[in-house]
Amino acid sequence: MLKLFTMLLTLVISCPATALAGVPDAGRQAQLLYLLKHDCGSCHGMTRKGGLGPALLPENLHDFPPEFLVTTILDGRPGTPMPPWRGELSEADARWLVEALNRGEGL
Amino acid sequence: MKLPGRKGVRSLFHFLHVSMTVPLRMMKKGSDPFPFLLLVFFCSFYGTANAECLVRGTGDLGIVIERASGSVQVVDTTAKTSLFRVEGLGDLSHASAVFSRDARYAYVFGRDGGLSKIDLLCGSLVKRVVQAGNSIGGAISQDGTLVAVSNYTPGGVKVFDAQTLAQVADLPAADEAGSLSKVVGLVDAPGQRFVYTLYDAGEIRSVDMHDPDKPQMQRFRDIGRLPYDALITPDGRYYIAGLFGEDGLAMLDLWQPQQGVRRILDNYGKGEEKLPVYKMPHLEGWAIAGRQAFLPAVGRHEVLVVDSDSWKEAGRIAVHGQPVFVVAQPDGRRVWVNFAHPLNDTVQVIDTRSLQVIHTLRPGKGVLHMEFTPRGEAVWISVRDADTVQVYDTASFKLLAELPAEKPSGIFFTSRAHRTGL
Repeated sequence: MLKLFTMLLTLVISCPATALAGVPDAGRQAQLLYLLKHDCGSCHGMTRKGGLGPALLPENLHDFPPEFLVTTILDGRPGTPMPPWRGELSEADARWLVEALNRGEGL
Repeated sequence: MKLPGRKGVRSLFHFLHVSMTVPLRMMKKGSDPFPFLLLVFFCSFYGTANAECLVRGTGDLGIVIERASGSVQVVDTTAKTSLFRVEGLGDLSHASAVFSRDARYAYVFGRDGGLSKIDLLCGSLVKRVVQAGNSIGGAISQDGTLVAVSNYTPGGVKVFDAQTLAQVADLPAADEAGSLSKVVGLVDAPGQRFVYTLYDAGEIRSVDMHDPDKPQMQRFRDIGRLPYDALITPDGRYYIAGLFGEDGLAMLDLWQPQQGVRRILDNYGKGEEKLPVYKMPHLEGWAIAGRQAFLPAVGRHEVLVVDSDSWKEAGRIAVHGQPVFVVAQPDGRRVWVNFAHPLNDTVQVIDTRSLQVIHTLRPGKGVLHMEFTPRGEAVWISVRDADTVQVYDTASFKLLAELPAEKPSGIFFTSRAHRTGL
């Protein structure tokens, strides 16, 4: 019983902790916005209005579930020039980027 | 706008002071000074309008794109200095430029559809038109009278009078079903032609612009999937498109267009695992040195060597990362390579005789472009993250000069004015 209680307690404590650990810190966020502007920008435009790749403005993304966008960033889109960024970006990075894109942050 | 402004203003005041007072002193007492003063006044303005511009040749000038601030610097490659900064050019991500054939004007193609004409001697923006929603580059015609821009939105090519920037032709890139395709790889070709590729439709088009009212178009369909860029060989004969969706390249012999497009290097990359491509290679930079062409491999840390007679693979050179630009020195002796994110802090130099990497430079993070002086004694390299342009001696690899620039990307020198496809 005590064992179960400890397990539950660990779960309760660790869940919010992972969620907190999952948000990139301010320094990382600045790196991500720089990457977004200059590296994603080579195909999607520095102002996110699109290029060889599609536009990434909030109005272009609202129809897509965030999960789909996170997967697109991490695993790319096979058959298109969109590369997988896994390895370079963590899941938390990708999630934050999708939120930033939907907010139109840094525009 | 001139960068060293103070001196200019002081000399202007001095000029006005002398030009107004000396003639007044020379005038006879009692005569009406007004008409004479008026004349001197207008003459002095006429004089200053010219004094703002440089009186010199432009053969050793060029421009550096400052991609994030929507500006360009006019640079002098002999003095290795910046002469002017020209602002107000809009979104210059992925911007490129061509030159008028008198090499006085640069035409800058911005991402936001802006076409800007810059006077290199006056450091001024002569005219700017926003001709589309989203653009990728352009070309100037063989005779220098027409400037063409390739557009993503709306997909197609628009052609402008090089002098006035008035539109003379609109060539929508519609496929059979009527939907518009993004246009890539627009170049000029002999015979007053523009040649370009439809990214979505997988088609090459060659347009004769002798009569801008009646463009004569040849179409070459089914060239392969997702052609992402193209180049024309320096002699203007072969037009080659890179395919993202398939292995191999699509080649059109413009001397024998009736033979259609053929696939070259079609074994290249087959059955091999490719790395993620974080930046598409630029085919405009394909280097041709003697009989060999040096091409960036897509998704591989390799430069591909191709025999430019048979168009068969002649070797591969292992390099630091995925190549973006592979450019030959004007003498063809060495080929310089920069790399895609995240290995974009390095430049490597390949000897074209031994096919060996003979030198590695580390200019800094975000090396975006390299441009040689007309006869190749120096190379200018833009280093985006360091906000600098570095000038290297191509023989000793010594750093000769460094110029501050805001997020520099493309570097374009006026020697391009007299070369097909640039």
